Amino acid sequence: MTELRIEGLTKSYGPPAPPVLDGLDLTVPGGALAAVLGPSGCGKTTLLRIIAGFLHADAGSVTVGERVMTGPGVHLPPERRRIGIVPQEGALFPHLSVARNVAFGLTGLDRTTRRRRAEEMLELVGLTGYGERMPHELSGGQQQRIALARALAPRPALVLLDEPFNALDSALRAGVRADVRAALRLSGATAVLVTHDQQEALSTADLVAVVRDGRVAQCDTPQQVYRRPADPWIAGFVGDAVLLPATALGGGTADTALGTIPLATDTDTDTDTVNGTGTVLLRPEQLELTEPTSGAVGGTVTEVRFYGHDAMVTVAVDGLADPVDLRTAGPVAVQPGERTGIRVRGEAVLHS
Amino acid sequence: MKTGTSVGADPRSRPVSRLRPAGRVPWVLGLPAVVAAVFAVLPLVYLCVRALERGPGYAWDIVTTERAALLLGRSVGLAAVVVAACLVLGVSLAWLTTRTALPWARGWAVLVTLPLAVPSYVAAFAWLSAAPQLAGFTGSALSLTLVSFPYVHLPVAAALRRTDPAQEETARSLGLGPVRTFFRVTLPQLRPAAAGGAVLVALYVFSDFGAVSLMRYDTFTRGIYTSYRASFDRTPAAALSVVLVALTVALVAAEARTRGRARYVRTGTGTARPADPAPLGKWLVASLSWCGAVTAAAVAFPLTTLGYWLAVGNSATWDPARLTETATATLGVAAAGAALTTALALPIGVVAARHRGRVAHLLEQAAYAGHALPGITVALSLVFFAVRYAHPLYQELPLLVGAYAVLFLPVAVAATRAAVLQAPPGLEDVARSLGRGPWRVLREVTVPLAAPGVAAGAALTFVVCMKELPATLLLRPTGMDTLATRLWTETGTASYAAAAPYAAALILLAAIPSYLLGRHRT
Repeated sequence: MTELRIEGLTKSYGPPAPPVLDGLDLTVPGGALAAVLGPSGCGKTTLLRIIAGFLHADAGSVTVGERVMTGPGVHLPPERRRIGIVPQEGALFPHLSVARNVAFGLTGLDRTTRRRRAEEMLELVGLTGYGERMPHELSGGQQQRIALARALAPRPALVLLDEPFNALDSALRAGVRADVRAALRLSGATAVLVTHDQQEALSTADLVAVVRDGRVAQCDTPQQVYRRPADPWIAGFVGDAVLLPATALGGGTADTALGTIPLATDTDTDTDTVNGTGTVLLRPEQLELTEPTSGAVGGTVTEVRFYGHDAMVTVAVDGLADPVDLRTAGPVAVQPGERTGIRVRGEAVLHS
Repeated sequence: MKTGTSVGADPRSRPVSRLRPAGRVPWVLGLPAVVAAVFAVLPLVYLCVRALERGPGYAWDIVTTERAALLLGRSVGLAAVVVAACLVLGVSLAWLTTRTALPWARGWAVLVTLPLAVPSYVAAFAWLSAAPQLAGFTGSALSLTLVSFPYVHLPVAAALRRTDPAQEETARSLGLGPVRTFFRVTLPQLRPAAAGGAVLVALYVFSDFGAVSLMRYDTFTRGIYTSYRASFDRTPAAALSVVLVALTVALVAAEARTRGRARYVRTGTGTARPADPAPLGKWLVASLSWCGAVTAAAVAFPLTTLGYWLAVGNSATWDPARLTETATATLGVAAAGAALTTALALPIGVVAARHRGRVAHLLEQAAYAGHALPGITVALSLVFFAVRYAHPLYQELPLLVGAYAVLFLPVAVAATRAAVLQAPPGLEDVARSLGRGPWRVLREVTVPLAAPGVAAGAALTFVVCMKELPATLLLRPTGMDTLATRLWTETGTASYAAAAPYAAALILLAAIPSYLLGRHRT
């Protein structure tokens, strides 16, 4: 169980461009799977390449366990880091069989030990008996699992996964994701998964680090990042968000166009500013359609989008400039143009 | 999905560059690459040193004589005529084979690229032996046009396939007839491709030695050769060579510029739908005759002439022992040339494909120097160098093989670079992360993956070495002949029946790797 610690990492490609990494800090506890989540260009691929040692950092340090990989005056070459990588699209060596791909990193061992270890790894990823095949004879998902087996075979202290499920079609993705996660758990390796897919990050990782402009904007468990985002931008990036102007009333509630809403109290955000005004964040699934007669909060349905497992209903709320989205499971009872009531469930987060 | 108060993606987000930033070139690659690059530009540098040895005034007097002006005028005139003829042939054939309902269009498209495989001196041999009165400007222009028009045909045909037919249809709908549409819409789009091809043809004509020397037409290359043979003073040959190189370098620079523009014209077109073939109507017979005539003159005629001279040959002209010896020698030097060229090209090709930045760019550019150096100038430079600094090498095999490497390094570097580019760089990263150092990554991952492409480049280099004439003439060891030099010598003394077996052997031997290359590509 090895901890990954990144401190003040900075990298820029020349003065005209803004720095890609701007003093990034991140700590991943040993054995955890952390997802680095961010939009394209936020620096997540650069971060991964610096951790792996393919790029030199301008400043800052990368420490795995007790070993300093990158630091002032220190730059271990990639081959001496014991950091496994699983690149996009697997990148298996096309000229080597599956078994030789998996055994590629097993240097300094005798033949039988290498073979046994390779077989162990194939078993770990559920592909026992595929050793003699060539990479092009495997499906995309199988290639991805072999790539993981190859990375795990030399017992690395840390495994980096660079958007490894991107190339897979969506039907396969969930299954491969679950397999990879299970294999990582069994191996006990610390892992960093780079992705721009919020669903992937939330569903796969123990820890989600949202990266923005070369820094970690928030690092927490998937649940916390989704429920208690540090700012409205993160809220919108990790999921659909409903943002409402609000006035804090004290006693842990706030007044909004949707009525008085209880506020979450277990966050670092400024819920203490009792009489402040700000923005509250709700998720569309926290809003509920009610009968329009209830007299409380109401509005007019403007759009209904049906997704199968649920539906998104857009409502122009009376007294609110922008319409709000709400997610409803089961049959949709309303149509555009109809009046409806809205009720809020659960707590909201207030951002000043 | 996000409306109203929902928050969208960060507007500041920008597309991430998947290109790799300039990395440090590891010394296991960098050192051999630098050695190869220095080797590639050495002849050019030494040529300049030698030309200016007796002071710039002396060199200036040589290049401003009446004779130099005459040579220059002839080279430029010949190039102008050949380029014009190639443009007519290349553009017309490209349009007929890609855009019209010409019968057997695909077959014609293949046939009209075959002349690329005919060395200029084989074409000259064919025309000269059939009609000796063609010697001089006419014969030179004819043979050079018929071997080099595919340089225009190929890019123009590619551009025609790429341009969106919707533009032509729009022009027609706006009231332009088919002819005016071709000149006002189609042709302007072909200009970059045609210009690039024309520059290649001009480069070919300026560098050509075989055809003009057999046709006894004094252009720059033949003038340099005569001047070198005739005088003990080597400065005139060197000075004239520098002028020729200046011309060819200017052409290469021009070619690079047209290529840059061609790319610009292409942007944004996406995948165009193939054009509906234009019906030929009453022009059908004329079009077929045109294709037939060009193919006959450029492909069928040299082969038939060769067959004729083989058939009329007798025991006096037919010397199997000597033919075998010459063929063996040719294969030997070509193999050595291909081996050295490929070995030198490998590090540069890998650096060019995997690293960016000024050093990598400079190394690649140096390797392409041979592209702008006519064979005769490289040969002269190496002769001068060997006579003064490495006399034991003079008229020995290593010098000849070295000249091949300088001349054909561009071919091998381009092949290596393309082969390495096809292997995803991610594989090398993975190998590094699994504990391999740069040298072992090169040996175990990069080279095995690039091997088929590198081998194809080596085969191509082998073929061009086998066909090389001027450098071989000047640098071959005393008493050694290649098929090309024998063919040249025998044709020069009008012994056509004696020359024919060497031409046939050359074509056959060159065809084998070309055939294998074709199979490799498909």
